[in-house]
Amino acid sequence: MDKTVSDLATAVAGIEDGMTVMIGGFGGSGSPIELIHALIDRYRETGHPKDLVVINNNAGNGHVGLAALIEAGMVRKLICSFPRSADPVVFTEIYLAGGIELELVPQGTLAERIRAGGAGIPAFYTPSSYGTDLAKDKPVAEFDGRMYVQERWLKADVALVKAETADTFGNLTYRMAARNFNPLMCMAAAEAIVQASRIVDAGGIDPEVVVTPGIFVQKVVEVANPLQEEDLNRANAAYPLEA
Amino acid sequence: MEKLSNNQIAWRAAQDIADGAYVNLGIGFPEKVAQFQPDGREAIFHTENGLLGFGQAPEAGSEDWDLINAGKKAVTLKPGAAFFHHADSFAMVRGGHLDVAILGAYEVAENGDLANWSTGPKGVPAVGGAMDLVHGAKRVAVITDHVTKKGQPKLVKRCSLPLTGVGCVTRVYTSLAVIDIENGRFVLREKLLGLSLEDLQAVTGAELLVTGAVADLVVPEV
Repeated sequence: MDKTVSDLATAVAGIEDGMTVMIGGFGGSGSPIELIHALIDRYRETGHPKDLVVINNNAGNGHVGLAALIEAGMVRKLICSFPRSADPVVFTEIYLAGGIELELVPQGTLAERIRAGGAGIPAFYTPSSYGTDLAKDKPVAEFDGRMYVQERWLKADVALVKAETADTFGNLTYRMAARNFNPLMCMAAAEAIVQASRIVDAGGIDPEVVVTPGIFVQKVVEVANPLQEEDLNRANAAYPLEA
Repeated sequence: MEKLSNNQIAWRAAQDIADGAYVNLGIGFPEKVAQFQPDGREAIFHTENGLLGFGQAPEAGSEDWDLINAGKKAVTLKPGAAFFHHADSFAMVRGGHLDVAILGAYEVAENGDLANWSTGPKGVPAVGGAMDLVHGAKRVAVITDHVTKKGQPKLVKRCSLPLTGVGCVTRVYTSLAVIDIENGRFVLREKLLGLSLEDLQAVTGAELLVTGAVADLVVPEV
């Protein structure tokens, strides 16, 4: 078994119009920026994929990565917890002009909905958001004298994920706080596409330190020196990047 | 009216954090609390994006953008730190594993309701982890100026702004006083020396109950 694919364009070639795409990362940390850019390249060449539903904690920053995906007009709806950032101009302008749908979800509920999607749990109850505007029209129930809100799982057609090391079986490790939503999204997507800073043979990762077992991963592509969103934004970069 | 600076409010809140406590500090003003841990005590700070045991910001130029806090600011690791994914992070929050969460506020009501995520329907709504953090920590405390910039009470009978959580706040550290929330009432514990109960009540939007001794709120210049 070898889940390695040769290049980024091949890795994202199966993503179609209207798909739900989970994108890992918290701000720039753990954001699979090269996979996102490969998807934008395909759109610029072919006009597809568009009308995507994107699930991420944020709404992008500056004009690279997720912000560039939104700016390209590929995203119909965003499901996230915090669509503000230091440089939020792309999402803010398109949202206020009515050009993108937003489903706002408390961050812990977002994480648990994704986990539930990957774990086969269609709904669960959480105290978060009870009594607030974000719980409107959701079923509530009392357990042991406290009120809870029913939330439903989130699943996706595809997840775009950034890892530190992958093996050919798709086992993954992450780098520091870049882990964040990435392991959950691998579980919740029908196809998890992973960019890793290095790919090793099966056996090259100690089984004791595997964070995401390969059963949750379908494709891995090596991106040896990934760009970091914060660095690009400090340089005022915009995608497509100038050579 | 004499009042505490933000640093002094943060200092006062820090005095109530025990050695070894697991603590989440909200983004912005609450982050200051970490600077004022009393000598000999060390809290372990939790951040929503999957890290326990982070320390202060690195020097400019040596940031690692995979090592950030929930405010997306670069941080450093302390010995004994741990990384984990987002579902585990919020299991720590909702599951009752944190000892203290300290948050900012637009309004706190006498019934413990908190409004701190939205000032209304204008602009882009964003909630982040606020609605999760108000549930599960053993203590949910608020640090805030006692009044708004326009002089209106932030401690109120009922919140007028969109709620973050219902009945969740247990203690409020303000620029004038320390107030507990018990059985749906504000109970005054400490107030600034020289501030009369009448003057404090006049800038508070709900009745302050005095059920025992009210201590002087004495804070060094920090």
